[in-house]
Amino acid sequence: MSEPSKPQGRKFQLPEHLKVYQNVWVIVEQERGIVHSVSLELLGEARKLADKLGVEVGAVVLGAEGPDLNRICGDAISYGADIVYKVTDPVLADYRTDPYCRVMTDVVNTFKPEIVLLGATTLGRDLAGAIATTLVTGLTADCTELDIYLDNRSLAATRPTFGGTLLCTIQTLAYRPQMATVRPRVMAMPERDDSRTGRVQEVYPNLQEESVVTKVLNFIADREQNEAQLAFADIIVSGGKGLGKVENLKLVFDLAKVLGGEVGVTRPLVQAGWAGNDRQVGQTGKTVRPKLYIAAGISGAIQHRVGMEKSDLILAINTDPNATIFDFAHLGLVGDALTILPALTDAFGRRLSVNRMAG
Amino acid sequence: MHIVVCIKQVPDSAQIRIHPVTNTIMRQGVPAIINPFDLFSLEEALRLKDKVGARVTVLTMGPPMAEASLRKALSLGADDAVLLTDRKFAGSDTLATSYALTSAIQKLAEEQPVDIVFCGKQTVDGDTAQVGPGIATRLGFEQLTYITKIEDLNLASKEIVVQRRSEGGVQVLKTKLPCMITMLEGTNTIRFGKMDDMFRAARYELKTWSRDFTGAEEAKVGLKGSPTVVSKVFVPKPRAEKAVMIQADGTSPDALAAAALDAIFAAQPKLADDLLARAAAGL
Repeated sequence: MSEPSKPQGRKFQLPEHLKVYQNVWVIVEQERGIVHSVSLELLGEARKLADKLGVEVGAVVLGAEGPDLNRICGDAISYGADIVYKVTDPVLADYRTDPYCRVMTDVVNTFKPEIVLLGATTLGRDLAGAIATTLVTGLTADCTELDIYLDNRSLAATRPTFGGTLLCTIQTLAYRPQMATVRPRVMAMPERDDSRTGRVQEVYPNLQEESVVTKVLNFIADREQNEAQLAFADIIVSGGKGLGKVENLKLVFDLAKVLGGEVGVTRPLVQAGWAGNDRQVGQTGKTVRPKLYIAAGISGAIQHRVGMEKSDLILAINTDPNATIFDFAHLGLVGDALTILPALTDAFGRRLSVNRMAG
Repeated sequence: MHIVVCIKQVPDSAQIRIHPVTNTIMRQGVPAIINPFDLFSLEEALRLKDKVGARVTVLTMGPPMAEASLRKALSLGADDAVLLTDRKFAGSDTLATSYALTSAIQKLAEEQPVDIVFCGKQTVDGDTAQVGPGIATRLGFEQLTYITKIEDLNLASKEIVVQRRSEGGVQVLKTKLPCMITMLEGTNTIRFGKMDDMFRAARYELKTWSRDFTGAEEAKVGLKGSPTVVSKVFVPKPRAEKAVMIQADGTSPDALAAAALDAIFAAQPKLADDLLARAAAGL
């Protein structure tokens, strides 16, 4: 795990002709007029990277011409973009891989950004994998941290590796653009600033619907929004393997209910079938940033940590005083979650009901 | 119809351990399995075979030991298996991997044109979800990721209708073969193999293909063909301050819980106000 090997014939220097690539881009994800929050989070992150490099932030907004798209272009500027590439065509009304990939390939080749960021959503991952192939460049998925190495102006993209047991930093040194995807909620939402100004560059790709093989027949909107609730919950109580058996997950639900919070679980619990993966917190589940995160019977594996370490306050309950989770929790309680959880439920219940009577 | 299912042999990630002193991966004794996400795609391919008839070829790139995963797939009902193995492929990132796999799929297509390529949604060791889209893009196949259901497949018109998970809902897409499909997890359950398939799998003479055989260019595979460079592998640092450990008189759960409450409310007074306000409002 020390220095990476440097085989002969491998390029680590940026070729001269790629040095014209400049600016940090975010591909803004919008579907049916709604911008995915991860795109705004990425604009905040792009702003930081661009400021380090002394370059501009570009936002690419694709879709069919209309008031929604104009509003989204304005939003992109308010959240940090200096220039918005507004790419409009009726063919781009709904997301489909092929036309989006063709257009993005052309737009990147024309305007030459050095960094391109996308949300690690179903759309972002689908598109990123395709355009990294057409552009023949490096793409790093699900980054948990982005930074710039100023000595060679390269993007340092950090993500969990080996099934979430270690972190690694990945770079694309000799190719441009450098691409990365980031999961929702990993980066902080920037403050909206309506006094910011920026330019809009209109792009008309002039696509032909007949040239697109895939047709969208229908869109069935979800009725339940469980996932969104977990990702944006203020209070989350999560359980791990330390709970012992599936019946004990009820103790987690009980405490979450008293607190008006959501329930999360670790990956091993999902793999054991105790809960659906819409409740999984971690690298391959949801990233959360609640005000209070209570981790019960969770050891603190890296793949879980990266999904919750940005919580405002973390209380960890574990029988093992040397558990890794105490390295990054704010509050630690050495004890058996099976007895502590009901005691916490009682204590919160009493404290809160006393106040209700008083109020 | 010819279906190719790309699978990957991965370490059972639930059993990976880190050496406490050297912080390196302890691979010894970790069992290798077929990437769990690939099984949903393999099952869907086998269902299409049952329904409309197809030859199902499983393809993997990896070290010779990946043979075990191919035999497993054969025992579940796949017809043919190809092991793409060459030391030149070592160190390939997702771009180089999709290139190498595509060269093998093109080789397979020389025998019988390929109508559908199935890939796993992502692997459990790399978690990138990039190889499937890479293959689709290289082959010029329609790309259908996060599929929850194949509604209809018409071999005469080569049309396929699928449901695709997207943010906030499901897209119903109609497209034409050839296409590349990744199935969402939980959309089906992998079958048990039949006895005669298990015998066949054990006796099957595996096709072992090298880089030379598929014609993949040396400069585009392995570390040389990989734009991404791993510059650092590390264990994250603990927070500067360790967790404040909650103590109480005695070790009764109730005393510890009360102390925990006080600590939470002391650290987050605003949270306490919010909770109390909510409780007072009877929520």
